[in-house]
Amino acid sequence: MFYRIQSILNTSSLKAKKNVFLLSEYNSELPMSQKVLLNATEINIALNRLACQLIEKHDDFSKTVLIGIQPRGVFLAERLKTLLENEYKIKNIKLGYLDITFYRDDFRRSEKPLEANKTRIDFIVEDKNVVFIDDVLFTGRSIRSALTAMQSFGRPLEIELLTLIDRRFSRHLPIQPDYRGRQVDAINGEKVKVCWKENDGEDAVYLVKN
Amino acid sequence: MSELSVNHLLGIKYITEADIQLIFETADHFKEVINRPIKKVPSLRDITIANLFFENSTRTKLSFELAEKRLSADVINFASSSSSVTKGETLIDTVNNILSMKVDMVVMRHPNPGAGVFLSKHVNASIINAGDGAHEHPTQALLDAYSIREKLGDVAGKKVVIVGDILHSRVALSNVFALQKLGAKVKVCGPKTLIPKYIEKLNVSIETNLRNALEWCDVANMLRVQNERMDISYFPTTREYTQQFGLNKKILDSLNKEIIVMHPGPINRGVEITSDVADSKQSIILEQVQNGVAIRMAVIYLLASKIKHHED
Repeated sequence: MFYRIQSILNTSSLKAKKNVFLLSEYNSELPMSQKVLLNATEINIALNRLACQLIEKHDDFSKTVLIGIQPRGVFLAERLKTLLENEYKIKNIKLGYLDITFYRDDFRRSEKPLEANKTRIDFIVEDKNVVFIDDVLFTGRSIRSALTAMQSFGRPLEIELLTLIDRRFSRHLPIQPDYRGRQVDAINGEKVKVCWKENDGEDAVYLVKN
Repeated sequence: MSELSVNHLLGIKYITEADIQLIFETADHFKEVINRPIKKVPSLRDITIANLFFENSTRTKLSFELAEKRLSADVINFASSSSSVTKGETLIDTVNNILSMKVDMVVMRHPNPGAGVFLSKHVNASIINAGDGAHEHPTQALLDAYSIREKLGDVAGKKVVIVGDILHSRVALSNVFALQKLGAKVKVCGPKTLIPKYIEKLNVSIETNLRNALEWCDVANMLRVQNERMDISYFPTTREYTQQFGLNKKILDSLNKEIIVMHPGPINRGVEITSDVADSKQSIILEQVQNGVAIRMAVIYLLASKIKHHED
């Protein structure tokens, strides 16, 4: 009972309206208190909606390139690409990976050393519509770094941002998504964890409390 | 692992295999960066690096300077020939004067072995050894091993022969340490007079016949004869040295396999290596130079990440 009340109290207003969190969704085997924000079906619905919104704006993607932000944005980007190709029959979608490690503003300031990932952009971004894809938008600092990193590859026509989860009220910079899967009100001590079948064994989004 | 075990790069002797692998993985990322339309990242914009060259250098100095600039560090250069060292200033005084101008890292080449180790004990900055006498030249060894890894996939299990003036070569010693730490077998080949007495104690075998050495190896690293360091005659004539230890197309083509030819530069064309070999497709001399920038970026980046950021 205690868990249930606490969970309901912590549930975001937006989420509470749509689907009230039930005790059965609480997985007691997990060490930290965590609850499901999106399950596999809901992720699938969100992905389809995001894909449709992208098509609405970008038509046949001939002038558009997708950029997955390393490390976690890549899974979402790959999913969207597959969905657009298989379900919506859009061919020749260009997808690249962008690593932002060397552009971050917390070099030598964070306790943990920063680890780099692979950047792979084997197409021209000059005069293209670029869509950044990341799983969670939190402070906005990663996207700020990605904007700087993008300059090394040329001058795109425009850059948009797509995120699966948009954490409201936590921005350090004036950066907002153009496409969002779900908006979440999480307090600073909480963490949003996005799991992908190909990497974590399941499709789910959790809100983790420390 | 994502952090080096050391705060200075003084020699390969002082770092671990895991350190070398981390430097290689980081260099992979920087190699991609330096092939972009804009070859620069802003990581080190609040770091100042002094390049102190107490001995002449072209490629190492340029390579370090380029690596520092690609990382957006501020760079100051110093050459001893045009400095107060000629007026009798000591090494510690020179460096402390430079450091009082708020320098975070020092890249130093010095004619005395151990100069880097000595400096690291007396001054408060990250030191990178860019060659100290006949002792070590760690970034050269790292880029040599990195080039082998790039060409052959892995360094472990490969056979490398270092040919030429081993006695006066810091490249040879650093290469021995780096290659052995990565699991390669190392042989040295040259005139007996140019092979140091105790080299076998490092588990390095000696071969005095170039053909035998080449038939054994996967990679041949040809070193320059360092005439400027020779106070006495170590071999009768340059011509005789070339006949016995010079690598030419004829001997290279007569081997029953394709070996990789490396050279740390500067090349004395026609002495240790002929022009047609240096420019052949088996030679990776220019790849070594390109990898040098990526390796030095990786070393500088990883050492800089260990310098604590101060609010003041």
